[in-house]
Amino acid sequence: MQRILEVKDLSINFYLREGVVHALTDVNFEVFENETLGVIGESGSGKSVTVQSILGILSQPPAKIVSGSIRFEPESRNLELNLLPTYGDTYRNVRWNDISMIFQEPMSSFSPLHSIGDQISEALTLHRPELSETDVLSVCLGLLEKVGIPSPAMFFKRYPHEFSGGMRQRAMIAMALVCNPKILIADEPTTALDVTIEAQILELLESIKSEFNMSMIYISHDLAVIGEISDRILVMYLGRVVESGVADEVIDNPLHPYTRALLKSIPKIDQPIESLDPIEGSIPSPFEVHTGCPFYSRCTERLGEICLRQKPAHKTYNNGHKVSCHLHA
Amino acid sequence: MLTYTIKRLFQLIPILFVISVVAYAIIELPPGDFADFYISSLRATGVTVLEDEALRIKEQYGFNAPVVERYWRWLENIIFHGNFGYSFEYQKPVNEIIAEKLPLSIGLTFGALIISWALAIPIGIYSAIHQYSKFDYFFTFIGFLGLATPPFLMALIFAWLFLKFFDYSVLGLYSPEYVTAPWSFDKFIDLCKHLILPVILIGLQGTGTIIRVMRGNLLDELKKPYVITAKAKGLKFRDLLLKYPVRMAINPIISTIGWLLPALIAGEILISIVLGIQTLGPVLLRSVLSQDMWLAASIVMILSLLTIIGSLISDLLLVWLDPRIRFERLSK
Repeated sequence: MQRILEVKDLSINFYLREGVVHALTDVNFEVFENETLGVIGESGSGKSVTVQSILGILSQPPAKIVSGSIRFEPESRNLELNLLPTYGDTYRNVRWNDISMIFQEPMSSFSPLHSIGDQISEALTLHRPELSETDVLSVCLGLLEKVGIPSPAMFFKRYPHEFSGGMRQRAMIAMALVCNPKILIADEPTTALDVTIEAQILELLESIKSEFNMSMIYISHDLAVIGEISDRILVMYLGRVVESGVADEVIDNPLHPYTRALLKSIPKIDQPIESLDPIEGSIPSPFEVHTGCPFYSRCTERLGEICLRQKPAHKTYNNGHKVSCHLHA
Repeated sequence: MLTYTIKRLFQLIPILFVISVVAYAIIELPPGDFADFYISSLRATGVTVLEDEALRIKEQYGFNAPVVERYWRWLENIIFHGNFGYSFEYQKPVNEIIAEKLPLSIGLTFGALIISWALAIPIGIYSAIHQYSKFDYFFTFIGFLGLATPPFLMALIFAWLFLKFFDYSVLGLYSPEYVTAPWSFDKFIDLCKHLILPVILIGLQGTGTIIRVMRGNLLDELKKPYVITAKAKGLKFRDLLLKYPVRMAINPIISTIGWLLPALIAGEILISIVLGIQTLGPVLLRSVLSQDMWLAASIVMILSLLTIIGSLISDLLLVWLDPRIRFERLSK
């Protein structure tokens, strides 16, 4: 498989008045053509920061890329995104045209003052100036129909507040597809929706992904969803990738205590609810600096002094399964 | 939209009625009337006015009638004849005085409104996107200074500065040589020159507030997710800024046009008095002092009407700008 995106040793800090937050520390991963990469982690694990840094939409300052690189290499091109000026033409042309994004909150991610149609067609007019107004309209209406909106022409002229959350998220998906991107990033696209709508949206995303020949980065805090949709999985904790590998391998044979704990906390239909095992404690303060393993304070399998004092190294198994834990040194 | 506008226009009628009562009542509140003022000023200049002659004057002007009757006569004339009454002091109809002074007042106020927007909105935007920069601190300082300094004091300071450093008197509407001259292009230019300072001074009053409001609103909006969406789409910063967050941040400013107008008019009155410009302001002051009640009440009435129309315009603009405000709910 052809690699299309490579994030290497990426570290990002937020310089705030209250102190420095180490949002990402040495994050490494790759995205291949036509695959779905699932990223899982609790709130504050750095999932959103990771994908926002790819698109270059983090506010800098306060965010700053301290080290590492983000390399986007579709077909003949090879761009080191982290070196490009944020609002330069090259980076702007990558945005939405090559990499687009579905946001978590379909309500607040649309401007309330502009019609849905205006906002959907905007990126297409921007990146394909050669298209006529009628062409733009027909592309947009076609996509709205594809994502399951009943009367696209009517919908096109309306405003975001006039629709339900599910409809707005469908519109967001249509908007993300207008330029036929190579990578579609979905940042917790179903978190703000009902469970029934969530299933529909997931199904829609899967069918669209294969139809458009895209790669997808799907972010969620729900391991059940991630296991369902992903080809490969990235488990993040406190700004670090603690485990990664092929989806089935990570789910069936989790190596990191955090992944195991996450799996235990998923309710299963054939088990009584009492057997659920929530992870004790909560994510440490983001301002804390960890000399050892960041999961130490909540880990049930910790070894002692070494986990507290020494950063675990990345270990890669033959099947590509990677883990960062002293248990697997 | 049309039904809503018509409905709002009909609502003006009771409001105007209440204003007319209040305006007239306030003007009538102080003891005495114009006849007393007239007689005492005659006596002050040494003219002997006998008591029965004083009574005759009162009778002649109709000051002996009860307040309600006098109020009704005033209102009746306005409603049925468009006649605002007679000014005793100026010895001419109120309509004539208002027709002469009102355009200048409106011109000054709107000129000021445009100046304050043209200054405050760009400065507010720039301050917000360069938060905590030297520019931001500078205009925060200037803004607060402007908020804290009364407009008439500014007018005095500027009039003095101009006279001291440019040897140029900004007082009055025309330079002495043009006061009695017939209308000509030169006279017009002279008028404009004299109007620049008052327009700027009146405008500056609102500027500080609008800068603060614009800066604060925009800072809030810039953090909203829809701005990130627009950035992710690959828009240029400038296009993104003007299309999304600025559009949102400007709405509260539009909705306060209605409140801004009375402030500007009040400022216009003070500044016109200080700079000796013959707008409605100084006329209102004099008419109140001499208890020239029809003139005073009529001016208050007209200024109130302008304010109400201002808030109507701002409401309509807001409905037009923000699709979330729905007519169905408004008309229920």
